[in-house]
Amino acid sequence: MIKAILIFNNHGKPRLSKFYQPYSEDTQQQIIRETFHLVSKRDENVCNFLEGGLLIGGSDNKLIYRHYATLYFVFCVDSSESELGILDLIQVFVETLDKCFENVCELDLIFHVDKVHNILAEMVMGGMVLETNMNEIVTQIDAQNKLEKSEVRMENAIIKEGSQHDDNLRMICSFHCLSFSITL
Amino acid sequence: MVVPSLKLQDLIEEIRGARTQAQEREVIQKECAHIRASFRDGDPMLRHQQLAKLLYVHMLGYPAHFGQMECLKLIASSRFTDKRVGYLGAMLLLDERHDAHLLITNSIKNDLSQGIQPVQGLALCTLSTMGSAEMCRDLATEVEKLLLQPSPYVRKKAILTAVHMIRKVPELSNVFLPPCAKLLHERHHGKAVGLPILCFRSVDKRIENWTGTPAYRRRVAHIHRHTRSRLLPLAPPFTSPTLTPGILLGTVTLITELCERSPEALRHFRKVVPQLAQILQTLVTTGYSTEHSISGVNDPFLQVQILHLLRILGRNHEESSETMNDLLAQVATNTDTSRNAGNAVLFETVLTIMDIRSTAGLRVLAVNILGRFLHNSDRNIRYVALTSLLRLVQSDHSAVQRHRPTVVECLQETDASLSRRALELSLALVNGSNVRAMMQELQAFLESCPPDLRADCASGILLAAERFAPTKRWHIDTILHVLTTAGTHVRDDAVANLTQLIGGAQELHAYSVRRLYNALAEDISQQPLVQVAAWCIGEYGDLLLEGNFEEIEPLQVEEEEVLALLEKVLQSHMSLPATRGYALTALMKLSTRLRGDNNRIRQVVSIYGSCLDMELQQRAVEYDTLFRKYDHMRAAILEKMPLVERGGPQVDEEAKERKEAAQLSEVAPAPTESQASQLLDLLDLLDGASGNAQHPPLLDPSPGGALVHLLDLPCAPPPPAPIPDLKVFEREGVQLNLSFIRSPENPALLLIIITATNSSESDVTHFICQAAVPKSLQLQLQAPSGNTVPARGGLPITQLFRILNPNKAPLRLKLRLTYNHFGQSVQEIFEVNNLPVESWQ
Repeated sequence: MIKAILIFNNHGKPRLSKFYQPYSEDTQQQIIRETFHLVSKRDENVCNFLEGGLLIGGSDNKLIYRHYATLYFVFCVDSSESELGILDLIQVFVETLDKCFENVCELDLIFHVDKVHNILAEMVMGGMVLETNMNEIVTQIDAQNKLEKSEVRMENAIIKEGSQHDDNLRMICSFHCLSFSITL
Repeated sequence: MVVPSLKLQDLIEEIRGARTQAQEREVIQKECAHIRASFRDGDPMLRHQQLAKLLYVHMLGYPAHFGQMECLKLIASSRFTDKRVGYLGAMLLLDERHDAHLLITNSIKNDLSQGIQPVQGLALCTLSTMGSAEMCRDLATEVEKLLLQPSPYVRKKAILTAVHMIRKVPELSNVFLPPCAKLLHERHHGKAVGLPILCFRSVDKRIENWTGTPAYRRRVAHIHRHTRSRLLPLAPPFTSPTLTPGILLGTVTLITELCERSPEALRHFRKVVPQLAQILQTLVTTGYSTEHSISGVNDPFLQVQILHLLRILGRNHEESSETMNDLLAQVATNTDTSRNAGNAVLFETVLTIMDIRSTAGLRVLAVNILGRFLHNSDRNIRYVALTSLLRLVQSDHSAVQRHRPTVVECLQETDASLSRRALELSLALVNGSNVRAMMQELQAFLESCPPDLRADCASGILLAAERFAPTKRWHIDTILHVLTTAGTHVRDDAVANLTQLIGGAQELHAYSVRRLYNALAEDISQQPLVQVAAWCIGEYGDLLLEGNFEEIEPLQVEEEEVLALLEKVLQSHMSLPATRGYALTALMKLSTRLRGDNNRIRQVVSIYGSCLDMELQQRAVEYDTLFRKYDHMRAAILEKMPLVERGGPQVDEEAKERKEAAQLSEVAPAPTESQASQLLDLLDLLDGASGNAQHPPLLDPSPGGALVHLLDLPCAPPPPAPIPDLKVFEREGVQLNLSFIRSPENPALLLIIITATNSSESDVTHFICQAAVPKSLQLQLQAPSGNTVPARGGLPITQLFRILNPNKAPLRLKLRLTYNHFGQSVQEIFEVNNLPVESWQ
C-alpha cells in the first residue's frame, strides 16, 4: 500500500503532500522534513530506494523517489508494493502532469496544486493504484473540468439575465448542471 | 462587511514574494484571518475559493483545522465545483481522529446514490482515503451496489473503496466476497449483470482474446464502443471510451486483500487460478491495450498485481502452484528486460516462483535471473536483486551461493544502500568451505567501507568467524584484525568472546599475548582492543616475557616496558573507566607473574585508591589491602582465570547438538531490560520481597568464593547423577520436561535442562521460558536454543538453568512460559513444587 505521496523542491518546500494514513498535522510536516532530509542528501547516481524514516514507519516502509529538475517525487510504500512498479508509477504520474499542463514545470505545480491533487486522485486512490492509462486519466480530468466550467457559464448566464442573486439561483444552477451532466 | 479577498493565485504570488520566514508567516496569518472572516459571513458562492487557499496554506504546514466545517458545507452543496474542493479539503483536513469526519457520512451516502459519476467518483475517493471503520460499516451496502454499476469509472473506484473498507473492517469481507468473485467471472465469461451490458461484455471478451491485425482490432473496438454508447443511451458522460483494465487491476487488488485476510477466501479464490493465468498469458503474449503499455510492456501494473496474487494463492498449495508453473516459466523467459517496466514484471515473477511450490528447475531459473540482475547497469535493479537474494539465501542457499563472486563484487558499490545489502548477503553466504576466502574479502571491505557500515561489518565478521572458524589461531587472528581496524565499532561482547576464546586455547596463549602486546604498543585508543590486551597481559604476562614460541621471534620486552604501557593506558584520557579497570587488574595480576619486586605496582594501586571513579577506587583499595594484609594469599587469589563454559565433558554430552546455538547465544545480547525486570517481578512473586537477580559476570577480575566454584565447574568430569526427569507442563501438545544434572564435585550446583516439545499441528513461536527460585538460591538462565518449536515433533527447544544452592534449601521453581500457538499468544505462570529431592539434598 502507498502510505504517502510527497512532492517537494530542491529546497524542501512542499509542493504536494498526500497521506493515505491518518497523521497529525505536525507529524505530517515532520515527515516531509525528514523525508526531504533523507532524500536530498543522496547523490544523483545512487539507487532510488531507501528505507523509510522513523516517523513514517521505519524499516518495513520504503521511500521510492525520482528527481526531476527542481522537484523530488517521493512515494512512501510498504513492503507489499513492487519497488520497480512504483518507479514506473512515478513516471506515469509525471507524464500525466506533463500532458495536463503541457510541459509541466514547478510553477504549474505551485499555482495549481488543487489540479495536481485531482489528477493524482484519478491515478491513486486510498493508497492503491487505480488507473495507469494516461489517456483515461486525462479524459476524466478534462470531463470534470468541463463540468466545472459549464457550471460557471451557466451561473454567469443566469446572473446576466438579471436574476436575483439569492438562494434560488443556486438551486437553478445546480439543476442545470445536473441535467447537463446527464445529457452530455 | 466583506473585504474583497485575494484569489488563490494572488495569495501564492504574495507568499512566494515573502523574503523571510517571518514575512511569509505574516502574510499567511493575515490571509487566514480573512479566510476565517469570510467563512463566517462571506458569500457562500465564493466559499470554495477560500477553502482552496486554506488548503494551500495547510500544505505549507500552517494550522487549517478551522476549515473542517467548511468542507462539510461544500460537500453538501449541489455544485460540482464546491464538491470538488470540499471533498479535497475533507481528504486533507479530516481524518478518523476528528469526530467531525462522521458528519460527512450522510453527504457521501447521498452522493453515492445520486448517480452522477464524477460526484460518485469524488465521494468514493474520499471514502477510501479517510473513511473510518464506522463510516465503512455505514456505507458498505452503497459501495457494494456500485461494484456492479455499468460505468467502469465508478466501478473501479468502488472496487478499491471496498479494499479500503475490508482493511478497516475485516468483517466486511463477507459483503464483498460474492460480488468480487462475480467481477472476475463476468469479465471472462461474458456473463453480464444487466441486459444492456450483456452484448458488449461478450465483445470485450472477444477483443481481449483476440489475435487479428491491429487495424482490424481497432475497427472492431470502434464498432464496439459505438454499440456500447447506443446500448446505454442514459449512460452519463463519464463512461470511459476504452475498455478498462483498471477494473481488472482493482479486482485483483481486492481479491489479494481478501485472500490475505481470510483462509476461507484463499480457498475460494484458488479456483480462479486458471482464469488469472489466462489473463496473464494474454498480457504476455498479445497486446490488448496499447494505452496501458509502458515502454513496450503490456500493462506492467496489472501483470505485477496478478503475479502478486498468484503468489498468495500458490503459497503452500501444490495444485495451484502446478497450474502456474508453465506460465511463470513463460513470463520469465518472454519478458523484455531492456526497460524498467519489464524488469518489474520479471522481478515479481521471480518472487512468485520463489514463494510458491514451484519446480526445482524453475527456482534455479529464478535465482539466475536475480544473478543476472546483479550485472544490470541500473542500480535500482541491482538493489532489488540483492534484497531478494538476501531473502532467498536461507531457503535456496546453494543456488544463491553460485552468485557469490558477483555479490562480493557488489561490496565495492559506491551506493551505500547497495553495499549494505551486499554486505548482509556476503555475510549470509559465508560457510565452512569458503570462510577463509570470504573473510579476506570482508576484512578488506572493513578497511575501506563507509563509517556507518563499519559496526555491522565488524560484528558480522565476528559472528561468522565464531561459527565457521577453521582453526583457533585463525579465529584469534580474525578477531584481532577486526579489533585493530574497527575496534571502536565492535559490540562490547566481542571483548568477552575473545578473552574466552584465548583462555580456551592454551597452546596459543603465548602467541596471543605477544600479538596483543604489539597491537597495544602501537595504538591504545581502540578500547575493546585495549581491554582484551590488558586482560591477556594480566593473565599471561609470564609468557609474554619468557615463553618460547617458535613461530614468532622471541619478543625482547622488559618488565618495565610492560608496566609502563599499562600505566599509560591507565592514564590515557581516551581510556574508558572499564578499560582502566582492566588495566588495573592486569597490573595486579602481573604482581604475581613478574619476577621483579612489586613496588611499582603497589604504588600505582595505592594511587588509584583515591580515584574518583567508584569502581576503580574500590578495586584499588581491595588490591591494596591484599598487598598489605593478605599477601600470603595473593598468589592464590590472582591465579589464572579458570576456563569458562568450554570443554566440560558433561556439558558436552547434551550440548553437542546445541553447540552452535550455544555459541550463538554467547554472542546474543544480554537479556534486555524489560526481560530482566520481568524476572524481578517473578522473583517478587516467589519471595514476597524484592530480590536482586544475580548474574555472575563472565569475567570478574576478582572472583569471590562461590563464583570460583561456579566457574570451575566445567573442568571437572562428574558422572551424571541419576535424577529422574520431570514433566511439568502440557497443553495442546506443547510439553515441557525438566532433566537434572548435579556434579558430585560441586554439590551446590544443579543444572536443569528444560526441553520444550511440540506434537501439535501448529508451530509454537516466540517461545520464552523464564524462571525464578527462592531468594536463598542463585539462578542463571542460559540463552535458549531457539524460540520456535516446529509442529509435529519438530526440533525441540532446550535451555539450561544453573542453580546454585549452597545451603541445600528446598528447591522450588517458578516458571513463566509465553509463546504463540495456533495464532494465539499463551502465557502460563506456575510453580513446580514436586522437584525430586535429589535435586537439592
